[in-house]
Amino acid sequence: MARIDLVDLAHSYGGNDAPQESFALKPVTMTWRQGGAYALLGPSGCGKTTLLNVISGIITPSRGKILFDGEDITPLSTQKRNIAQVFQFPVIYDTMTVGQNLAFPLKNRGVPKAEIDKRVAEIGRLLDLEPYLNRKATRLTADAKQKISLGRGLVRSDVAAVLFDEPLTVIDPELKWQLRSKLKALHRELDLTMIYVTHDQTEALTFADTVVVMHDGRVVQSGTPAELFDKPAHTFVGYFIGSPGMNIIPAEVRGREAKVDGHVIALGRSYDQLPAGAKIEIGVRPEFVDVVAPTPGLLTAKIERIDDLGRIRFARTRLGDAKLAARAPAGFTSSDGTAGLRFDPSHIHVYADSLLVEGAA
Amino acid sequence: MDKTVNQKAWFLVLPVFLVVAFSAVLPLMTVVNYSMQDTFGNNQFFWNGVGWFKELLDPSTDLGGRFLASLGRNLFFSMVILAIEVPLGIVVALSMPRQGWTVAACLVILALPLLIPWNVVGTIWQIFGRPDIGLMGYVLNAAGIDYNYVSNDIDAWVTVIVMDVWHWTSLVALLCYAGLKSIPEAYYQAAQIDGASRWAVFKAIQLPKMNRVLLIAVLLRFMDSFMIYTEPFVVTGGGPGNSTTFVSIELVKIALGQFDLGKAAALSLVYNLIILIVCWIFYTVMTNAGAERKHQEGAA
Repeated sequence: MARIDLVDLAHSYGGNDAPQESFALKPVTMTWRQGGAYALLGPSGCGKTTLLNVISGIITPSRGKILFDGEDITPLSTQKRNIAQVFQFPVIYDTMTVGQNLAFPLKNRGVPKAEIDKRVAEIGRLLDLEPYLNRKATRLTADAKQKISLGRGLVRSDVAAVLFDEPLTVIDPELKWQLRSKLKALHRELDLTMIYVTHDQTEALTFADTVVVMHDGRVVQSGTPAELFDKPAHTFVGYFIGSPGMNIIPAEVRGREAKVDGHVIALGRSYDQLPAGAKIEIGVRPEFVDVVAPTPGLLTAKIERIDDLGRIRFARTRLGDAKLAARAPAGFTSSDGTAGLRFDPSHIHVYADSLLVEGAA
Repeated sequence: MDKTVNQKAWFLVLPVFLVVAFSAVLPLMTVVNYSMQDTFGNNQFFWNGVGWFKELLDPSTDLGGRFLASLGRNLFFSMVILAIEVPLGIVVALSMPRQGWTVAACLVILALPLLIPWNVVGTIWQIFGRPDIGLMGYVLNAAGIDYNYVSNDIDAWVTVIVMDVWHWTSLVALLCYAGLKSIPEAYYQAAQIDGASRWAVFKAIQLPKMNRVLLIAVLLRFMDSFMIYTEPFVVTGGGPGNSTTFVSIELVKIALGQFDLGKAAALSLVYNLIILIVCWIFYTVMTNAGAERKHQEGAA
């Protein structure tokens, strides 16, 4: 049970002298609340596994500190940190039974046998592994094996945080849901800090109450799923989260107006002080743009195709060089392959050099 | 649809049949034939039935005594070299680097003894151990240890065993190393998190993952050491006395030294049979272990 603070933490596999652009994990300062369910979300190679391994102590960071409840544990080895980690592929000890697997971390720490038996029975019950406790662990299915990996972490009563490194990769799709809801239930029951690494936004958004999005070694935004959806702090968050992702269109922004392709779009807020020389873009989610019949005064786009997702239809359109996805209302058809675009001004965001600019009301 | 009947296909098998007949079946049948007879030279043979086999298994006769004694020595030798080479090979494999240029260097150094022909290995150790001009023999004697493999039984045994360990530990080490390399990094990381000691990691992860290659290593080393001939023959010639006379050396002595073709044939058949049985036991154990594993993976 602990709050985890990262203080100016960075890691470079090439050593501290390497240029900062090449760091696998660029300097980050942030706090992980005790009892929080976090997801670390980002594409492959964005540094999320590096960050996880730094927290668990498998990697010693080349810069910065990690505090557990205010205590600096950066130099401590993995054994000495009270961390549990579940890996992408289930790790089980082949020759042992499920019960022995669960008892292993306690045995290594010299816990008395009676206490071990009690904890193993408790965790076995919690994870629905009771019927298998005396069976060889090798014969079980992948999801049961992942539960054992998790159980080996939970069996220690002093565990501060449980880290998951894409734990559902090898699990069958229908079991993924079950295991994920099991994790959520455990989180509520045990009041543990859980950090869940994934590149799958559905997994991240359903598991976590705080999602931390990483991109190119940097933490670009951390917030609730709703915050990430409504107000992406970085254009990367905008198009990485949501399906289809946010439309990012180059524009000239002056006051309450954005000029795209010669047409003016009204904005919900006023932007008077944009950094000079920055690359200015507007971002708007497809859910807040409607295609309508071409109308004078509206921006006109070429329709490339319409994707019918059943519950909702998205039109894929082209606007000059930019691509733009928009909601196609029921009954919409286009006679000549063009359509007008109607934006919801309050959901248009302005980005300068990919970072969100707060507008004045 | 009717099958086309074409007996001409048999002709295609004929070349293989002939080659196998000349290389294996005919020599083997000749040996079986010899094992039932006695000869006093001049190509004169006398029928002896299963007499030689009876003698072979009876320790009170000369033939049986020699055979059983050499068989005992051979089994003892195999056990001793297995008891040394397997643990030593594991230790070597565990202490090898896992990445970097040193891996290649280690592999080459380890492979070197394996590439040296048997009789050269024998010659190397024969000279190496000589008290007058051999480096090891000279140094040992200079250090006050009375070492002479030509006259002392124990010295001869030690020399033959050390030679085999030098020659073949690499094989066990290389096999174990291959087994170790196949263990994913996550296992070590998980063990670290579980607070496992070095010994616990070995027992819980490394040994179970190595057990298949170890089985192969034990099989290969047992078979090979059970058939050993060249190296001890070159170093000790089976002596002093009969102390390092293994079954194959005894066999050659009877067949080519005394020209007792009948006795030698009977002995070689029994020898062959023992090896076949051991082979079969190992094969069964290994395929069963493999089947069990497949079953487990199928269930997973």
